[in-house]
Amino acid sequence: MAGLILRRLFMVIPVLFGVSVIVFLVISLIPGDPARAILGTFATPANVAEVTRQLGLDKPLPVQYVIWIDNLLHGDLGRSYILHKPVIDEIMARLFPTLLLAGAALVLASVFGVLLGILAAVGQNGIGDRLITVVALLGISTPSFWLGMLFIFWFGVRLAWLPVGGMTAMFGGGGVGDILAHLILPATTLAAVAGAVLVRLTRGAMLEVLRQDYIRTARAKGLSERRVIYGHAFRNALVAIIPVIGLQAGFVLGGAVYIETVFQWPGLGRMLVSAISTRDILLVQGGVLVVASGYVLINLLTDLAQAVLDPRIRTE
Amino acid sequence: MSAHALPLAAARASQRWMFAPIWSRLLRNPMAAFGLGLLLVIVVIVLLAPVLHLPPPEFAQVAQRLKPPLTPGHPFGTDQVGRDILSRLVWGTRLSLAVGVFSALAASLVGSTIGLLAAFRGGWVDALLMRGIDTLMAFPYLLLALAIVAALGPGLFNAMLAIIVVNVPFFARGVRGAALSVVQADFMSAARLCGLSDARIVLTELLPNVLPGIIIGVSTTIGWMILETAGLSFLGLGAQPPQADLGGMLGDGRNLLQIAPHVATIPGLVILLLAIGINLLGDGLRDVLDPKLKAGGIARTKARTASAPASERRAGLSPPGADARLPLAIRNLKTEFRVRGSVYVAVGGVDLKIAPGEAVGIVGESGSGKTVTALSILGLVATPPGRIVGGEILHHGEDMVEVDLRRLQEVRGGKVAYIFQDPQTTLNPLIPVGEQVAEVIRQHQGLSRPEARRRAVALFESVLIGDAIDKVRAYPHEMSGGQRQRVGIAMALANDPELIVADEPTTALDVTTQAQVLKLLNDLRHERGAALMFISHDFGVVAALCDRVHVMYAGRVVESGSVKDVLAHPRHPYTRRLLACVPELGSRRGRVAPIPGLPPSLDELPPGCAFAPRCELVTPACSAGDISLDEVGPGHFGRCIRMDEP
Repeated sequence: MAGLILRRLFMVIPVLFGVSVIVFLVISLIPGDPARAILGTFATPANVAEVTRQLGLDKPLPVQYVIWIDNLLHGDLGRSYILHKPVIDEIMARLFPTLLLAGAALVLASVFGVLLGILAAVGQNGIGDRLITVVALLGISTPSFWLGMLFIFWFGVRLAWLPVGGMTAMFGGGGVGDILAHLILPATTLAAVAGAVLVRLTRGAMLEVLRQDYIRTARAKGLSERRVIYGHAFRNALVAIIPVIGLQAGFVLGGAVYIETVFQWPGLGRMLVSAISTRDILLVQGGVLVVASGYVLINLLTDLAQAVLDPRIRTE
Repeated sequence: MSAHALPLAAARASQRWMFAPIWSRLLRNPMAAFGLGLLLVIVVIVLLAPVLHLPPPEFAQVAQRLKPPLTPGHPFGTDQVGRDILSRLVWGTRLSLAVGVFSALAASLVGSTIGLLAAFRGGWVDALLMRGIDTLMAFPYLLLALAIVAALGPGLFNAMLAIIVVNVPFFARGVRGAALSVVQADFMSAARLCGLSDARIVLTELLPNVLPGIIIGVSTTIGWMILETAGLSFLGLGAQPPQADLGGMLGDGRNLLQIAPHVATIPGLVILLLAIGINLLGDGLRDVLDPKLKAGGIARTKARTASAPASERRAGLSPPGADARLPLAIRNLKTEFRVRGSVYVAVGGVDLKIAPGEAVGIVGESGSGKTVTALSILGLVATPPGRIVGGEILHHGEDMVEVDLRRLQEVRGGKVAYIFQDPQTTLNPLIPVGEQVAEVIRQHQGLSRPEARRRAVALFESVLIGDAIDKVRAYPHEMSGGQRQRVGIAMALANDPELIVADEPTTALDVTTQAQVLKLLNDLRHERGAALMFISHDFGVVAALCDRVHVMYAGRVVESGSVKDVLAHPRHPYTRRLLACVPELGSRRGRVAPIPGLPPSLDELPPGCAFAPRCELVTPACSAGDISLDEVGPGHFGRCIRMDEP
């Protein structure tokens, strides 16, 4: 197992390298002159040349990349020339709210998605199954930002049960209760689509496992139905479910962009959207890089979790 | 016709053959038909947009702003600058739909090309392309799209481009996977030998084989594409004002939620309807094109086999006179499978008794109902579609078909234990074998975990698995077939059963291992005094192991008696033909005589004798009516009207 962890860790390095190259290239190949963008239209050519030199943009691309990576490893992602502060500070301030929102959504989606999927599979073609299938279909067909707006309208405005925004700062004084109250609606919205995907996947995976011969063996041993379903069928279905939970982590991290915008959540997603509209390139670059690297690590974890479950992967 | 044209024509023909029944099968699925209908309605409305006499979608009348739905002239109301929402909706849907379809086609085209190239070329081309694809997939989907839009600048075209790029890896991977299995197939090398050019091979041989997968991919992605482009527009990064797609309209309505909720609600509903239609159609297409992926095939979802009510099952059955000493007395068992309106009678009225310590063999071809009979005993026939419709199954006088589930589970693995055919598939691949044996001990004897584990080691030793202490920790895939079947035997013996039901326990093993496993099973059974129901298609093995034998054909017992009597004087023509199939070891007559013809289809059994169409002695009377099982000697029964003839 230790060897496997090391091997997988080793395989992450080229992926992270690839991710950093893509992030670097996407931003570097943007048409237009960043120096001119910083200085405005009325800058003198001498000023532009000076800023270009300061930013290192006069050097060849590979050199720029190496300098960028070197700075990156020292925790320096550059300065936002719109906000006039270091990109890394802005990102760190917004990282926790996004992780909280995405994490809560992923937990909700996994728990409910998997449970409902199991229920649907076990009661295949029954009323419960049909109901769950229809709800899951609605879930994958609903635009999450629209669902968020409906929630705001009903639970926030009409019924006034929960706050619908105004989550200005994470540690602004409301305490844990306040944070939770603000979290419920956006996390539920974000979880809805990911959960629906997991319901469908879990149902399919369970049905596939339930037709296997070893399920018949488990029943022939006189095991209770609970043990057959959870000890044998679900355990085996989990091998197929875990990678999809990993995929949903990426989906939730991306979907947070919508939800943070709709619910005014002070996270990375909203930062990215406003950075894109103000063309704050370094901020976009840093934000995308941080979230993508996190996602690479999540994928590593799902890989390892799968290996823990399935001995055939371990001995591969 | 030249040699070159041949494969092409074949591919076209197979395509036509493949696609012809798809529509009819698709429309038979009510959900898919509903989705298709929904989509058709939307598409027709959208296509008719120019002739619908709608106000221009960008025509603003500030005096008319934020009118609620059902206002005269504005059935869905107006937005914040007084534009007609219905008109914007129709034109916006037109735009969203076009963007979704175009993006899905573009992504599938680029992705499939990469996938085909990688699979066909292999080597470094494959490695390079796939590393690139892997890197793209390392990004959270939407985030990469955002980065691309950030680089190119907001706008509908750029948003579409971003969505296309992030969907390419999905197609590339899928198509490469599907194509790889085709590349290795025989007809590919045949095509190469024909001297076809690479491009030709890819287009005429490879593509038709991966096309169903691509179609499924496109149909399931269009929905996502529409949602995602709408999302980018919603964020202000897609369609720019005054042009509006559905997402842009939603974005406009976002700040009006409190005063005019309809502005945001209505476009959202349209996206929802569109996505539902596409997803339903996609699910339907997937089921039709790739039945393997269908999440609704036969699964063993029920804890026991379904059964007809007792009164129905016992109709015409004599009152229970069975001996309560018997571990098993099956009377007139009928088990059916109902699949899509057809009824397959797998077991059509079987009687069978097993005395304590007795070994009874059941012999027949595949499909004769022997396995279903065995699985019916403890309700292990998969439901759906299996159902016990007649007869009773008595274990010490207790009808196993109607005992409650808890009692049935006590008997399963306790007094009656099973050994199944293929130990490769019947052991759970993710659980160490020792734990799987310990599990059945704990279930029935309530031992502690360590205690059950010690018993498992002892059982492993008794079934002659070497290094028992280490082997209990092994996983099934780490053992040989023979060892796995020894685990199966250990599992069956774990709770000292009275009756072991062994369903072709050695068919999956090689011949030398077969002999060892059979000897082990027989020795241990005698040692512990367990009765045995032994199912096999091999008369020789049954003769060596069993006291009595039942010969089954098309779901019924056609002959039964002591092994000695049946071997020496087979009375049913089928038994005789079956015996002729057994090669005699060491005899010079190396030829076996196969039985001509095939067993009848179980959903349309002929009246009378089911063997009649294959029988040399057939007379018209054979198919006239039901033939009874008659005693032809002491304890020897046969089901044939010509048994008494010489």
